[in-house]
Amino acid sequence: MNALVSFLLVVGLVLIAAAGTGAAGLQTLFGVVVPYVAILVFLLGFVRRIVIWARAPVPFRIPTTAGQQKALDFLPYQPLENPPGAGTTFLRMVLEVLCFRSLFRNTRAEMREGPRLVYASRKWLWLGGLVFHWAFLLIVLRHLRFFTEPVPGFAEALERVDGFFEVLLPELYVTDLAILVALTYLVLRRFLSPPVRYISQAADYFPLFLIVGVVLSGAYLRYLSRTDIVAVKALGMGLLSFHPDPAALRGVGAQFYVHLFLVCTLIAYFPFSKLMHLGGVFLSPTRNLANTNRLTRHVNPWNPPLKGRTFEDWMEDFKEEIAQAGYKLERD
Amino acid sequence: MYDKGKIITGIVVFLLLVLFPVWYSALAGRTGHVPDPVISKSAGDRCVEPAEYMRSSHMDLLDAWRDDYVRHGGRAHVAPDGTRYEKSLVNTCLRCHDNKSEFCDRCHDYLGAKPICWDCHVVVERGR
Repeated sequence: MNALVSFLLVVGLVLIAAAGTGAAGLQTLFGVVVPYVAILVFLLGFVRRIVIWARAPVPFRIPTTAGQQKALDFLPYQPLENPPGAGTTFLRMVLEVLCFRSLFRNTRAEMREGPRLVYASRKWLWLGGLVFHWAFLLIVLRHLRFFTEPVPGFAEALERVDGFFEVLLPELYVTDLAILVALTYLVLRRFLSPPVRYISQAADYFPLFLIVGVVLSGAYLRYLSRTDIVAVKALGMGLLSFHPDPAALRGVGAQFYVHLFLVCTLIAYFPFSKLMHLGGVFLSPTRNLANTNRLTRHVNPWNPPLKGRTFEDWMEDFKEEIAQAGYKLERD
Repeated sequence: MYDKGKIITGIVVFLLLVLFPVWYSALAGRTGHVPDPVISKSAGDRCVEPAEYMRSSHMDLLDAWRDDYVRHGGRAHVAPDGTRYEKSLVNTCLRCHDNKSEFCDRCHDYLGAKPICWDCHVVVERGR
């Protein structure tokens, strides 16, 4: 049901864009207004979400680590698993963000004959996730050729590496194949694995199907259909220099507007969805804090200013009683 | 807000990265640039297919020409008006469009496209 609703939503978006720019002729709405609104919602929503997160106090370090903490000098410790300082924490973050190290440690428990509980390492999600994210990043960077003039060298180099096999004309991109394979895995995983299907919500299916829609419409534009891509770039450059090009708006076909509208939906939806893990990964307290629980003193930031009472204060309060009882005060 | 310095640094880095095309293009100062491929004087007023089709799909045509020429020996392309052309990049396309740097390259450079034609084919330009 969740999957069906999400699927129908994405199909609805495609139809809206196709009808809106085909029959209704609303090119200005879909080519200028919607992209600007989407970008604005994305930027403001992203910053707002980060600020909300930053207002949540993290009073102590959460050492959910898998390694030996730095302790006595003769005990070997694991700096990446249990970093004691800023440098090693930075390395742990780099590995987490670029290599998804937490997913790599995924294990799966199974009951076997016996009954016997068996744990085994499962790398499929790590592999599928890694391929998907890297392919997505490279595809986004590759699109810079539509938004920069002159096209920077690294974008052109990426383009050549990506089309390395020189199959088809224009060349088939390796990242396009990779992201389709990874997306197929990520969709099938939600459908076929009962535990994953049980916890899958519409908020899981919708972004997944939306990204599938973006990739398929993009691949359709490159490999199957032809659109005037000079007009596409003129449209992109016009948008980012705040002088939208009316000729370019009419020069691109409805199939391009479908792709653009899906992308706009994705980025506008981004700050309100689980996709915010793009920013959230940098703010995860179990990853970005050094485990210095014992190395340094941590004071809870919202502790009320406690005024302590010393022994001297106490003696001052009760000095008469003490004198009456015949004791001699230390300070005297 | 906690860790104000780090959070604000992170947000600024994020905005700089996301808005890279905006400030890069503003610095480069070529946002309004639109390529203007020059139709050579030696070209007639007709191409092998309508201009609209050629603008968006010339690569499909060339790809089909290459496969047909190399694999099946198909030599002749019949245009919609019945004219026959040889399926040849150098002998047909470049005979009229004898200005690769002003015709082909203008749009290809604009879009960062690096066609593999010139891996094998020699560039025939006017005046060479």
